[in-house]
Amino acid sequence: MSDGIRARFRVDRKDFALDVDLSLPGRGITALFGHSGSGKTTCLRALAGLERAPQGYCAIGSEVWQDEAQNLFVPTHRRALGMVFQEASLFPHLSVRGNMEFGQKRTSTATNRFSLPEIAELLGIATLLDRAPGELSGGERQRVAIARALLAAPQILLMDEPLAALDLKRKLEILPYLERLHRELALPIVYVSHAPDEVARLADHLVLLDQGRAVACGPLNEVLARIDLPATFADDAGIVIEARVAEHEADDLTRLEFPGGHIHVSRRHEPVGTLLRCRIHARDVSLALEPPMHTSILNCVDATVVDLAPTDTPGHVLVRLDVAGNPLLARITRRSADKLAIRPGLALRAQIKAVALLG
Amino acid sequence: MESTDLGAVWLTLKLASVVTILLLIVGTPIAWWLARTRSRLKGAVGAIVALPLVLPPTVLGFYLLVTMGPNGPLGKLTEALGLGLLPFTFPGLVIASTFYSLPFVVQPIQNSFEAIGERPLEVAATLRASPWDAFWSVAVPLAKPGFLSGAILGFAHTVGEFGIVLMIGGNIPGVTRVVSVQIYDHVEALEYAQAHWLAGGMVLFSFVVLFALYTFNPARRKLA
Repeated sequence: MSDGIRARFRVDRKDFALDVDLSLPGRGITALFGHSGSGKTTCLRALAGLERAPQGYCAIGSEVWQDEAQNLFVPTHRRALGMVFQEASLFPHLSVRGNMEFGQKRTSTATNRFSLPEIAELLGIATLLDRAPGELSGGERQRVAIARALLAAPQILLMDEPLAALDLKRKLEILPYLERLHRELALPIVYVSHAPDEVARLADHLVLLDQGRAVACGPLNEVLARIDLPATFADDAGIVIEARVAEHEADDLTRLEFPGGHIHVSRRHEPVGTLLRCRIHARDVSLALEPPMHTSILNCVDATVVDLAPTDTPGHVLVRLDVAGNPLLARITRRSADKLAIRPGLALRAQIKAVALLG
Repeated sequence: MESTDLGAVWLTLKLASVVTILLLIVGTPIAWWLARTRSRLKGAVGAIVALPLVLPPTVLGFYLLVTMGPNGPLGKLTEALGLGLLPFTFPGLVIASTFYSLPFVVQPIQNSFEAIGERPLEVAATLRASPWDAFWSVAVPLAKPGFLSGAILGFAHTVGEFGIVLMIGGNIPGVTRVVSVQIYDHVEALEYAQAHWLAGGMVLFSFVVLFALYTFNPARRKLA
């Protein structure tokens, strides 16, 4: 795996320990997810070289940035990376343009894939170039910070909770730009977050961190659908499906198709054919042995039980289902599970009470 | 105003300018180190830099006189280099004044560096700036208010010194006789009119400097 990211860090401090060994894909968005204190930010800072793990190895593709066995440590300013911090941290003594050119001027033009006008356009800040950072809104500042990082010719973009300091409105303003980066740039992104919604919406790959250890690592849905993990997502257990807008129906509903069937949602403005990410919470899925006849729940798919496990919610179990190869989670009471004799291999109907469309 | 008075004014401005430039050169690395170090020596170095704030100028002057004198280490060095002895010369006065005004330059700059924090320098590093580059392109521009305060305070404080000048420089017209000493001479000679001119000028100068500092740089008020 020459284009991937290898990151092995061990930090032992009195109050904090980190011990991870990660192999991350060299494409798409990888989310490092965990509670505060789980080590996700330390992990990112170690990747950036802002902190030096006493025992560590870190390589992007064929470029080795740290190998303590060889006593090799490339300082941050010699690493081809871009980093976006929680606060935009723009340089107040420079204009927006000055900020964006800061890294660009310090990289050779040969390695820089992006031009300033292109990036300004991509992030919707073309009209702000001559402003001072103090004149921008929080969301605009963060977009400038992202643009500034991209113009430094990074091979990887590191983002440390870039939305955490913003209110909901600003978050919603920035998310589409992040999705655009994802779609339009072939640049691996490592994204630290403690917000399940952001992860569900953006990530392709997920690393769950807990107390300095990676408890799970894999493609988003594979990790989300694991029911054996400590309940990091807790009440938010659920999976993400990628569905295609199939039809806008006459009664103000839009039909979305995914490999396991179709679901109806309130009318969407996206044209037919658009791919949408939807999140289905385990708590919004109920199970029935017979096709339910008289029910107000519209969305119902055929599913097979894969496994079940207890959850943190007293009296409830998590059921992992397979819907034509896609995972689906349902959270039901233990009593119902016993009554329906839910067991691996059982074919049943899963009723989806609610679908959260992301984006 | 007599020509000796003008000479004293000119000498004072020359001394203060040279000392201010020297202080910025010497004080900046000290301020940077004090602002960023985690060394245990930080307390000791900070205290040494701050000593002139509390010591009577005569004490500092006395030790500098001994150090730069014919039997002191610095005196022996300058003599061995063929430079002669420093006491009662303009360079000697410059060195003494630099020590004396050091905290007035180091502390505002150090406070400015500390106020910047780690983040802008980390950002600069992720944008390919080496530490040296980041110092000049980020830390120095962001600490500009501290440099401004430091330079003004260093200049003004050098203009206002008396005791250390008397100890190290004596009272040689055109070489070490600065305004404060000239005023002393006038008063001793009961030339109150001339003393008024110079003393009033000092009051006005000091007021203008502090007024500028407090008006245009309110965040630094506590330092002055």
